[in-house]
Amino acid sequence: MAAAGAAATHLEVARGKRAALFFAAVAIVLGLPLWWKTTETYRASLPYSQISGLNALQLRLMVPVTVVFTRESVPLDDQEKLPFTVVHEREIPLKYKMKIKCRFQKAYRRALDHEEEALSSGSVQEAEAMLDEPQEQAEGSLTVYVISEHSSLLPQFCPPFGSMMESSPIPEEKQVQLSWEYRLPLFFDPQEPLTSLTPVSVGYEITFSLLNPDPKSHDVYWDIEGAVRRYVQPFLNALGAAGNFSVDSQILYYAMLGVNPRFDSASSSYYLDMHSLPHVINPVESRLGSSAASLYPVLNFLLYVPELAHSPLYIQDKDGAPVATNAFHSPRWGGIMVYNVDSKTYNASVLPVRVEVDMVRVMEVFLAQLRLLFGIAQPQLPPKCLLSGPTSEGLMTWELDRLLWARSVENLATATTTLTSLAQLLGKISNIVIKDDVASEVYKAVAAVQKSAEELASGHLASAFVASQEAVTSSELAFFDPSLLHLLYFPDDQKFAIYIPLFLPMAVPILLSLVKIFLETRKSWRKPEKTD
Amino acid sequence: MAVTDSLSRAATVLATVLLLSFGSVAASHIEDQAEQFFRSGHTNNWAVLVCTSRFWFNYRHVANTLSVYRSVKRLGIPDSHIVLMLADDMACNPRNPKPATVFSHKNMELNVYGDDVEVDYRSYEVTVENFLRVLTGRIPPSTPRSKRLLSDDRSNILIYMTGHGGNGFLKFQDSEEITNIELADAFEQMWQKRRYNELLFIIDTCQGASMYERFYSPNIMALASSQVGEDSLSHQPDPAIGVHLMDRYTFYVLEFLEEINPASQTNMNDLFQVCPKSLCVSTPGHRTDLFQRDPKNVLITDFFGSVRKVEITTETIKLQQDSEIMESSYKEDQMDEKLMEPLKYAEQLPVAQIIHQKPKLKDWHPPGGFILGLWALIIMVFFKTYGIKHMKFIF
Repeated sequence: MAAAGAAATHLEVARGKRAALFFAAVAIVLGLPLWWKTTETYRASLPYSQISGLNALQLRLMVPVTVVFTRESVPLDDQEKLPFTVVHEREIPLKYKMKIKCRFQKAYRRALDHEEEALSSGSVQEAEAMLDEPQEQAEGSLTVYVISEHSSLLPQFCPPFGSMMESSPIPEEKQVQLSWEYRLPLFFDPQEPLTSLTPVSVGYEITFSLLNPDPKSHDVYWDIEGAVRRYVQPFLNALGAAGNFSVDSQILYYAMLGVNPRFDSASSSYYLDMHSLPHVINPVESRLGSSAASLYPVLNFLLYVPELAHSPLYIQDKDGAPVATNAFHSPRWGGIMVYNVDSKTYNASVLPVRVEVDMVRVMEVFLAQLRLLFGIAQPQLPPKCLLSGPTSEGLMTWELDRLLWARSVENLATATTTLTSLAQLLGKISNIVIKDDVASEVYKAVAAVQKSAEELASGHLASAFVASQEAVTSSELAFFDPSLLHLLYFPDDQKFAIYIPLFLPMAVPILLSLVKIFLETRKSWRKPEKTD
Repeated sequence: MAVTDSLSRAATVLATVLLLSFGSVAASHIEDQAEQFFRSGHTNNWAVLVCTSRFWFNYRHVANTLSVYRSVKRLGIPDSHIVLMLADDMACNPRNPKPATVFSHKNMELNVYGDDVEVDYRSYEVTVENFLRVLTGRIPPSTPRSKRLLSDDRSNILIYMTGHGGNGFLKFQDSEEITNIELADAFEQMWQKRRYNELLFIIDTCQGASMYERFYSPNIMALASSQVGEDSLSHQPDPAIGVHLMDRYTFYVLEFLEEINPASQTNMNDLFQVCPKSLCVSTPGHRTDLFQRDPKNVLITDFFGSVRKVEITTETIKLQQDSEIMESSYKEDQMDEKLMEPLKYAEQLPVAQIIHQKPKLKDWHPPGGFILGLWALIIMVFFKTYGIKHMKFIF
């Protein structure tokens, strides 16, 4: 009886041991990997090697140049050498130790018949018109027309579209090459540090505001719609490759400048000196409503008609002389112009006096400011070159080309740094989740950067710029996706604090029973030894 | 021997020179002249002011934040560049004996609330997640512009936080915390994406210095009201309102800021001296090792004010006059004014759709703790009654 009871207990003990072992086995073999897999942060695969390869990308810009010689400009024996092509590489240093290689592919050829006709016409405008029509000038390419010294076109200007006039009595190859050295930097001189220019964006918002602090004295009327239609819209259409522009306008009454102008008795006028100008913008900005307009960068252009008590108001530069344009601008923000009412309108009139704003004068200043805000400035002209002024649109194609080149390079640099910093962050902070759509944006961005670099190397500027904008947009979308913050504020010690109360009560009995089983087994091994 | 020694010395000197030059190249502002090197290269200023405490007895934290907001606005930063987060509304609190006011001096000298205070995140919107989203820019696309920190690589940002804190954490709304590691990681993400030029971090909580211990991104300067192990104390109670109105550190910082105007040349070293131990009881601390410039060259207005870079426009372009068209369009506009059509409101809400909506199918969620516990209890009782005997070996 006792033996049967002992055998039954022994059986139960054995079953208990087996059950405990199975529990432990299931927990370790099945549970632990399952828990690990289901709690790891989800990271879709990213092309890390390609991203690090982007950093080492060598940018090469190709400029296709065509040099056209008219009949009289070249002596006959040299004419036989035409047409031929020369390739010339040059490294242009930019800031931050970046250098880009520029490749000028120069094709020398003889002038075609219609070009001969055009270049022998009397004035530059006619020549321009005739040269412009038949050929389609791709953006980023340059055509140089070499004319003889005796041509009637010479005393006039270098024409505004993507071509230059040049004369040399004997166009030996060496001479022409030397002249390239100082002519072509015209296109690549980054004069302003890129960071103080308007940031690169897909679209821009331009706001024209008329500030009338004294409506009791001045009834100001400005034909802004007509002016925008006639002057601003053509300029923006010419600049259209750089982004989408939207224009709006408003009139603000009783909006003062934050600074009191001082009275200058010598000219019996009021003035604002240069040091008080930075303080003018902030008090006005809150009333402009630019923050509600859109998410794109906003450029504000303000026209201020000073109140009767402070008329006329001039802006003084640092030497104390009144500024001719009576305007100033602030990088990345916009410009302000002060419009003084002509004193003749006050004679024998009852207040308020009607003021018609001369939109041409105003738009000349505003468009000049817009050019400066985008970094389109007058380049350093090499000697012996005259430059004709801008066309009626206010923008020359080679200025646009320059802007597009600078912006493409800047876009590529920005996209590359964004992708590289995303990769670095993923390495440093292990909590960031990468979902599939974010990963696809990263792939798109990498592909766009590579495509843009290829297009630049083959000289297609327009498609390179579009690809670079795509690269920036995709990389920013990937970096700033809201889902990347998902688990960011669960540091590791908080995770342990969550898991321990769940796992410890389960793990302690299993471990204790395993230990007990192990000790008993060791005891049962030792026992037979002892008896032996 | 001597030759190799001097060669290695020369090599190390060369290496350090190269490293220094790379370091200076890597800095975001490269100026040629020495004078410009010491000036900050920023073009705009932003401020993020956060009050993390809820409930009436934390009146002083809201008053702190609003006073800093006032100073920053007075010195020139516009509302569009300030992100103000207040966790509770003291002005309209039912316990406020003077409704619509928040005072920062006793005897009700200075009301820092008013009708030009623009609060961007109020009440329950002030959470750790929203704060981190504002800093890193990972904001859902529907967020309005006033709630975003749209800074760029030329922005100087001032971040002021106040509330209750401890060693390595800051309490948000009595229910969450932000740790110093998370804050440091958020600043690193800002640096990687070039969202700031320089950053000034001021914190007024107990053991505030622990919050800036873990920063590792460049160009950050930090100030705190007390060291680890010390408490920051409040300044003055007001018997009429019944709570403490301000904290000491912020009170003395504001006294200091009252003397600053947009054109002043006071530098950061003076700010470090504000509120010595005799006045503040706690020891304020600061951290400048991550900052590139010397604090004595850093102007207070670099962070608290907003001075824009301005250039005179000297050139114009030539446009052609079209005077006849102008006159005819003027006449057209005059006629248009008389013929304006009556204005009406646009369709705003799709009311029909809202009324006749079908009920949405809810997502299935796994059963919560209570249901699980109940079922576990039922199963255990079942097994106990029907006696699966070997279970006692396991439990």
